[in-house]
Amino acid sequence: MNSLDQTLDTAAEHHGPASGISRWLYTTNHKDIGTLYLWFSFIMFLLGGCMALSIRAELFQPGLQLMEPDFFNQMTTMHGLIMVFGAVMPAFVGLANWMVPLMIGAPDMALPRMNNWSFWILPFAFTMMVSTLFMEGGGPNFGWTFYAPLSTTYAPPSVTFFIFAVHMMGISSIMGAINVIATILNLRAPGMTMMKLPLFVWTWLITAFLLIAVMPVLAGVVTMMLMDIHFGTSFFNAAGGGDPVLFQHVFWFFGHPEVYIMILPAFGIVSQIIPTFARKKLFGYASMVYATASIAFLSFIVWAHHMFTVGMPLVGELFFMFTTMLIAVPTGVKVFNWVATMFRGSMTFETPMLFALAFVVLFTIGGFSGLMLAIAPADFQYHDTYFVVAHFHYVLVPGAVFSIVAAVYYWIPKWTGNMYNETMGRWHFWLSFIGVNITFFPMHFVGLAGMPRRIPDYALQFADFNAVASVGAFIFGFSQLLLLYNVIQCIRSKDKATTEVWESAEGLEWTVPSPAPYHTFAEPPLVK
Amino acid sequence: MSTQSYYVPHQSRWPILASIALFLMAMGAGSYINGLSEPGDGLGGISLLAGAVLMAYILIRWFGNVIRESRAGLYSEQMDASFRWGMSWFIFSEVMFFAAFFGALFYVRTLAVPWLGGEGDKGVTNMLWQGFEAQWPLMTTPDMEAFPGPKAVIDPWHLPLLNTILLLSSSVTVTIAHAALKRDSRNPVVIWLAATIILGAVFLYYQAIEYVEAYQELGLTLSAGIYGATFFVLTGFHGLHVTLGTFMLIIIWIRVMRGHFSSKHHFGFEAVSWYWHFVDVVWVGLFLFVYIL
Repeated sequence: MNSLDQTLDTAAEHHGPASGISRWLYTTNHKDIGTLYLWFSFIMFLLGGCMALSIRAELFQPGLQLMEPDFFNQMTTMHGLIMVFGAVMPAFVGLANWMVPLMIGAPDMALPRMNNWSFWILPFAFTMMVSTLFMEGGGPNFGWTFYAPLSTTYAPPSVTFFIFAVHMMGISSIMGAINVIATILNLRAPGMTMMKLPLFVWTWLITAFLLIAVMPVLAGVVTMMLMDIHFGTSFFNAAGGGDPVLFQHVFWFFGHPEVYIMILPAFGIVSQIIPTFARKKLFGYASMVYATASIAFLSFIVWAHHMFTVGMPLVGELFFMFTTMLIAVPTGVKVFNWVATMFRGSMTFETPMLFALAFVVLFTIGGFSGLMLAIAPADFQYHDTYFVVAHFHYVLVPGAVFSIVAAVYYWIPKWTGNMYNETMGRWHFWLSFIGVNITFFPMHFVGLAGMPRRIPDYALQFADFNAVASVGAFIFGFSQLLLLYNVIQCIRSKDKATTEVWESAEGLEWTVPSPAPYHTFAEPPLVK
Repeated sequence: MSTQSYYVPHQSRWPILASIALFLMAMGAGSYINGLSEPGDGLGGISLLAGAVLMAYILIRWFGNVIRESRAGLYSEQMDASFRWGMSWFIFSEVMFFAAFFGALFYVRTLAVPWLGGEGDKGVTNMLWQGFEAQWPLMTTPDMEAFPGPKAVIDPWHLPLLNTILLLSSSVTVTIAHAALKRDSRNPVVIWLAATIILGAVFLYYQAIEYVEAYQELGLTLSAGIYGATFFVLTGFHGLHVTLGTFMLIIIWIRVMRGHFSSKHHFGFEAVSWYWHFVDVVWVGLFLFVYIL
């Protein structure tokens, strides 16, 4: 493939997949790369999940039973980093790779070789990150938010590798986002105007913008850390005129848009699934688009609500409190639109719909606890308690993760050409739904009662709820093996899926055969 | 929309090799930097170097592929638009990278240092270092033993002013070269591009002289407190970008001489000139907010 002749030769005709391992190493096909992303994400999900279970095992009862506090800190740190950067984000990129070209009638992603590079950086980055656990002094132990000076002055030596791993993930994310944005802006089929784009595509367009805007800021903040640790600068050291709070400002300027990066594509997925199973058009398409854009805009001016207790001028507290509350408006628009879509629809409750419905209800709970946290004076009480842990796990687990699982069940017939086992899908749903609530709902109570987060031991009065949460965590964790079983079973199934798969699904992805051929839309379809 | 079908390249081995190169560089850099404070086994430096060499080789071959495909006419107008979007968003990401450091500078100057000096809403932090007075540039740090402040800072009206003129002129020369390219007259393109490269190189030379002066004469170092930190990180990353931009210009210059570009078909040239204008704009920001104000 290095000589021009070969390049011309391969461009002239359409090939099926190459054979052997080279198919996966050298591929430029958006479907292959999407599959790679999704499997990678699932492996990371299980790894991060094992860390979560070790945390919950230690917290099953008060006292130190299983691990040293320093190892516990490494577990909470790595659990967060792996789930955010290794599980949720790559899963959404994988779904975008698979579905965006199919949904807009494009032959592939805009820049296919760079697409491959975006993916293959990730396994190397995470190998490096996970390897820090085995280094002298242990892995990162300063929380996934890696506040200075915990992550600078008091960090283990492995923090250097953590910094470079974050740089690699950033490069991967930025290239992936550039690819998505160029694909959507440039490769739409004739007639596929912006306001006809499926909502999953719209939400990803805005997510890609957020990624390109804030991943470089993350690169900037870890670079300042590196300079402070090794090259004598004093960005986060007041002795030299810097400020540890500066770290938090720069980090959360990245961090808050980051949480929307993890939820906007979820909004898109739910907005695809609910209309299909309610057999009605999505209510308020345009308002959905504008709400997504508003949330993205607001995400840039709310960052300091993560730092109400750090010491900010009153004007700052008020500004960030009110802008944060403003986010409830476009988010509310979305929730009402989903409910209005279902109103008087002919609903059926297949597995993707069950997960999507659970998303709407449980994400809303997470949203409401977010509103409680947005109230600055009240946040002084909730800050760094388990109430915060309950809040963000409600938006990320039954929020982001449930939407990803819903997307897998929704589109897997298109990917494999076979139907999954509906009964097993429902088992997976109900066990996950029950497990997730048993795990995270009690955390609201212990949090309001004052249990701090990131501690391996706690006062006796929190024991009962913690035991309950730990039981729920193991139910939820092990029930995810059902997802693995269901996916493998679906790949091997003889139950062939039709082209449409679902009775009233709309969109270009349902016009190609199941499984989707290796190359689709070489000739762009005409969208009326 | 174009009628020509969109070019989807077949398999490529460069991305996975580039990932390996990046991994070698990151592991190597990590070990090397950690070895600075305590003696290491020297493997870090080797790995970093090996990764960098491999990466350079890959970039040459990968871009070589792209250039050959482009010259073979495989790229439609729609492909060209993908490249344009790609480069534009890449430059936007670079803007945001610099925004992080500019943001840090503004925060420290207008909020953190005055608070430490006892002014404003959080002036109570002055109790940490009583007697510390806020000033900018920060010549006397709160803890002069840990972070000895600079004796003086760079005078903006000597080397930095000259560098501003050099870099602004280089933006003009690259634009003249572009205009000549649009007329298909190659000789002026070669000359004006060469002028741009020379201006960039002279800029870097003066920047190096300025750094030596800062370290040797002024006591302005990375560890001279927050002024030195923001000064070197902002100008240093800008300098790295100018270096990269100069390399890109040299490659484009060679490609012009080989006749790769036509008045209709020269996105490689435009991408590099966009990048060059971007480093120019960043410099104007630096000159204003780091040197003058």
